[in-house]
Amino acid sequence: MIRTEEMLLNVGPQHPSTHGVFRLVVKIDGEIITEATPVIGYLHRGTEKLAEDLQYTQIIPYTDRMDYLSAMTNNYVICHAVETMMGIQIPERADFLRVMAMELGRIASHLVAWGTYILDLGATSPFIYAFRDREMIINMLNELSGARLTFNYMRVGGVKWDAPEGWVDGVREFVPYLREQLKGYHNLVSGNEIFLDRVKGVGVYSKEEAINYSLSGPNLRSTGVKWDLRKDEPYSIYDRFDFNVITREEGDCLARYHVRLEEIEESLKILEQACEQFPAEGEIMAKVPKIIKAPKGEAFVRIESPRGEIGCYISSDGKKEPYRLKFRRPSFYNLQILPKLLVGENIANLIAILGAVDIVLGEVDG
Amino acid sequence: MSGEKDLDQLKKEAVAKAKAEAIAKRQAKAAGEGAPKQEDKPAEQALSQDTHPVEPAQTAGTPAEDGADLAKKKAAAAAKAKAAALAKKKREGIEEEEAPAPVETTPASAQPSEDGDDLAKKKAAAVAKAKAAAAAKRKAMELAGESTPAEETPAAQTSDEADDLAKKKAAAVAKAKAAAAAKRKAMELAGESTPAEETPAVDASDDGDDLAKKKAAAVAKAKAAAAAKAKAAATAKAKAAGTGDADTAAGGDDEKAKAKAAAVAKAKAAAAAKAKAAGAAKGGDVSPADTAEKPSANQPFLDKYRKVIEENLGADVLEDSYINKLSKDVPTLVAKKDTYFKVAQFLKYNELLGFDYLSELHGTDFVTHMEVYVHLFSYKNRQSVALKVKIDRDEPTIESLQPIWAGANWPECEAYDLLGIKFTGHPNLHRIMLGEDWVGHPLRKDYEPYDVEV
Repeated sequence: MIRTEEMLLNVGPQHPSTHGVFRLVVKIDGEIITEATPVIGYLHRGTEKLAEDLQYTQIIPYTDRMDYLSAMTNNYVICHAVETMMGIQIPERADFLRVMAMELGRIASHLVAWGTYILDLGATSPFIYAFRDREMIINMLNELSGARLTFNYMRVGGVKWDAPEGWVDGVREFVPYLREQLKGYHNLVSGNEIFLDRVKGVGVYSKEEAINYSLSGPNLRSTGVKWDLRKDEPYSIYDRFDFNVITREEGDCLARYHVRLEEIEESLKILEQACEQFPAEGEIMAKVPKIIKAPKGEAFVRIESPRGEIGCYISSDGKKEPYRLKFRRPSFYNLQILPKLLVGENIANLIAILGAVDIVLGEVDG
Repeated sequence: MSGEKDLDQLKKEAVAKAKAEAIAKRQAKAAGEGAPKQEDKPAEQALSQDTHPVEPAQTAGTPAEDGADLAKKKAAAAAKAKAAALAKKKREGIEEEEAPAPVETTPASAQPSEDGDDLAKKKAAAVAKAKAAAAAKRKAMELAGESTPAEETPAAQTSDEADDLAKKKAAAVAKAKAAAAAKRKAMELAGESTPAEETPAVDASDDGDDLAKKKAAAVAKAKAAAAAKAKAAATAKAKAAGTGDADTAAGGDDEKAKAKAAAVAKAKAAAAAKAKAAGAAKGGDVSPADTAEKPSANQPFLDKYRKVIEENLGADVLEDSYINKLSKDVPTLVAKKDTYFKVAQFLKYNELLGFDYLSELHGTDFVTHMEVYVHLFSYKNRQSVALKVKIDRDEPTIESLQPIWAGANWPECEAYDLLGIKFTGHPNLHRIMLGEDWVGHPLRKDYEPYDVEV
């Protein structure tokens, strides 16, 4: 038996593999992690505090900066919360634009998750492929909203801009293109032996643990829980589309990897159907008051973001600003299980496990 | 979207105003050349004094001019009248004997007696008054934080092109009246008699006026507004009596139209009530109009939860329970402070309930108390429930849910960090976002930043 000694290792806050400003203090005994303490808050901007002095429409740009890899779902969740409270019906065309924007965002987010995950594990070229395809989505969303990442696209009652001429056709053409590329992704990485060695059976948790730790999204579905808010608590017009909820039983990093890649395919299915059903014309904004005031009371809504369940709680006293605004940020909840996963693992698996959780620090810190 | 529209309109108004002012200035200058006698300081007074005797002659002298010129002149007159009012206010108490004719506090009737019954002049005065009224009203609306009804803003905006604003306004009021009538009818149909909400639109604007009176610097302006409005209202009443009822009766034949009118009237009544509440400077209460709605689809679930809890934990563990209609009808349970943990534990481990997933936990500072809101979900039964507990604000302590749901760990840290709620039994309660050296809890309503630079 070789004598080992305990060592304190600090990862981050500035480290490329932490995907942002995230610090992890790990105690290692030889190569085995005995304790892991996540330190967060480096990117805490006090969105919820700021929102108490802002009108609802003014809060939307702040939500762009939470989960900046899929800002469309963040836009949607606050609009949806206010609309739920006010009982606003959204025009069909606006709903289609919203769903298409969100699904494009979901694909873009999963592409980043895929590319950076492989990058974390040491392969550089898949990252470039992922960003090449993501760039096409970014361009499409740019055409739609005028911004590449911080869209500020949705409004209470609809969307800010109508789709430009030919935009839907662009999406329609993109679907088969990405389907073809996805095969390439699988060829490139999914069967790679080195990759499989790094992720198979690593960072395993059970279904019960996942639920107990409030995990959601692909992190939850990778354990076999068939639960997707788009399907099970349908919001917007998701009930009009035929798509599957992807699950895996293993609950390891590989399962999470596959869930994300296959979710891209499901999103493509939704996009394809949305392009078919897209109404030729119609309003993009519902009739809403000039100054939006949520009625007195409180509401909590949750929707499915690429990272899991994003929720928005609004407590209103009938004014044009929320009395209290709270976001249920999936990355924040998903990260909680990390110390538990890391203890007993080999230090080499640290990054593999962290990367598979797929966090966005803007969202973790709020 | 709406915000930009506002901006556009404001811009348009500003342009129109500037134009009118420029014209007024030019005319005033021309008139001033004829009689240059005052010093620099009370220049405004001099202008207004001099121009007014001149003005009627001008307008009377060119009655045959085309519409565009007329409109221009009207705008000029309006601007002049405004300036006169301002000057008068300034002068009041200093030189009383000199007070000239124009915008007196008493409306139209006073003017012709002084300057002869010149029709054109009267019209100009009316426009000026109406404009002042519109301005005062707009101001009042803004002060009250009111979203202006759709019919009223366009009328106010087009004041420059419009020949007779008072008429338009009257039309708007008549419309409102007609809506009120329709509403009354609908109410009667619904078997409700509500005399208080008779004239919502007028009520709302009156409230705005009161506020304007109190706050606006130009008292004369507000008065002119009131006068103009009174006139407009009188006209409207006459009109509404004649046509309004007939109109609504004709529309009333159609079931759909009726329902629509009722909906509009309802919304208006709500707006009026809100405006009233705002005017009284009290916390406005949204009218609980929908008390007689059918029970929610989630009512059976709420009944079930309550029954199971009461059977097992006793009848007095819950402070309240209701369906939160704003929040997608989620069944909401309000636990007492000392039974909160027990209820939470029961919600998770009881076989019938089985809420195994904690979706969300956060606190809110309601000033009178703190509240912890927990959103739970059962993957087994596919059902949601919200659990709330009210806790003392000065000593915000509550049991931690971390031993029940591991996912409550960080959210409780966040609530502790930002609100100062202490969760007893939490394994590692620390300031997760701000760091241990932060002073104060930012999401508390009385939070003062320790370092203003931050």
